[in-house]
Amino acid sequence: MSTEAQVVEKEVEKKPSEPLFSKKNRKLLTDPLDDSNPITVQVLGICSALAITVQLQQAVIMSLSVLFVMIGGNVIVSILRNSIPDRIRIIVQLVVIAALVIIVNEVLKAFLPDISEKLSVFVGLIITNCIIMGRLEAFALGNKVGPSFLDAIGNAMGYAWILLAVAIVREVFGSGAISLPGMGQVKFFDTEWAGFFANGGFYEHNNLMILPPMALIVVGIIIWIQRSRNTKLIEEN
Amino acid sequence: MEYMSIFVKGIFVENMIFAYFLGMCSYLAVSKTVKTAVGLGFAVIFVLGITVPINYLLENYVLAEGALTWLDESYATIDLSFLSFIMFIAVIASMVQLVEMIVEKFAPALYGALGIFLPLIAVNCAILGGALFMQERQYPTIGEATVFGLGSGVGWWLAIVAIAAIREKIRYSHVPAPLRGLGITFIITGLMGMAFMSFMGIEI
Repeated sequence: MSTEAQVVEKEVEKKPSEPLFSKKNRKLLTDPLDDSNPITVQVLGICSALAITVQLQQAVIMSLSVLFVMIGGNVIVSILRNSIPDRIRIIVQLVVIAALVIIVNEVLKAFLPDISEKLSVFVGLIITNCIIMGRLEAFALGNKVGPSFLDAIGNAMGYAWILLAVAIVREVFGSGAISLPGMGQVKFFDTEWAGFFANGGFYEHNNLMILPPMALIVVGIIIWIQRSRNTKLIEEN
Repeated sequence: MEYMSIFVKGIFVENMIFAYFLGMCSYLAVSKTVKTAVGLGFAVIFVLGITVPINYLLENYVLAEGALTWLDESYATIDLSFLSFIMFIAVIASMVQLVEMIVEKFAPALYGALGIFLPLIAVNCAILGGALFMQERQYPTIGEATVFGLGSGVGWWLAIVAIAAIREKIRYSHVPAPLRGLGITFIITGLMGMAFMSFMGIEI
């Protein structure tokens, strides 16, 4: 029953002059992954991206939270776009975002209390995450609900992959293990796994990777790699 | 002495940029020249010094559990702390607007210097971060909260002025093309963060 209803819904959605997955709309999804990545190209939302990449687990939760707030915010603002007075739009946007972030925070506190504690103020700081404000301001205010929805997913994914990449590098080299949600720690460089090496395993944890400065350097290196591949992103001096 | 240690801690040990990455967006975007960096830095000190104590009052007399007892004894069980995000951001956004208007009216010279930066600050994570850290750390008096706000503001100012000075110089050096601009700024900030880490563990 439910699948049938979904199919019907999809067909209804396709009817308007522009199909949901037209070439233009697909670009909305794929562009933020590389050419206009929110972190490495638009330089938005760095604040929260760096602080919570010590562990993969936190990064995953953070990405999901941002995905939720982003989609909610973009869709709501896009629905309201014709009734928001121009002069107070920033406050309206902040209120919409803050309400969504409160929901996320309460859910995390209720179901994942230990992760919520580790993320501490950074869940609250999603409110001032420039990606969300930036997309609301630049996209949702001037576009229909469908494209805004896709834009939100695209940008949240662009944010998420950088976050996950940084978190994986930092956690693997910093603590020699990866913590996955629901699976506990998966150890890479540890005595149990590589017991035949000298005591302590063959890899000594590099504690520097866990400290804050390395997050910046890892992002710097990601930017370097991305721009040497995609040369049109190189900045003039 | 307590005030002094909170102030110094806010600048060096718990620097907003190097230890918590707060306010990175404007830090990266507005650090191309020292002059604008100084202006934005002062605006951040100013706004942090105002919003942290106001949010402190809000937290301790309205939002925290049992904070409403000054109205009526029976309100002791009310806990509004889930509203703190929305209240803090509303206070910050409206204070920034108010400060902008007051400065424009009474200190046009200062407005000329800070004017364009003030609206940017409402969405600077450092400001909301200051309020949230204040809430988490439970400072006992409003004086200490204010000093914490000013100290973190000065720390942020120091960081953005330092990186702006380095970026002005680096324009004349030979940086690998893909690293130019953003990439090298990230790496330099990381190195500066390592230098600032030497302040860690200092008990003041």
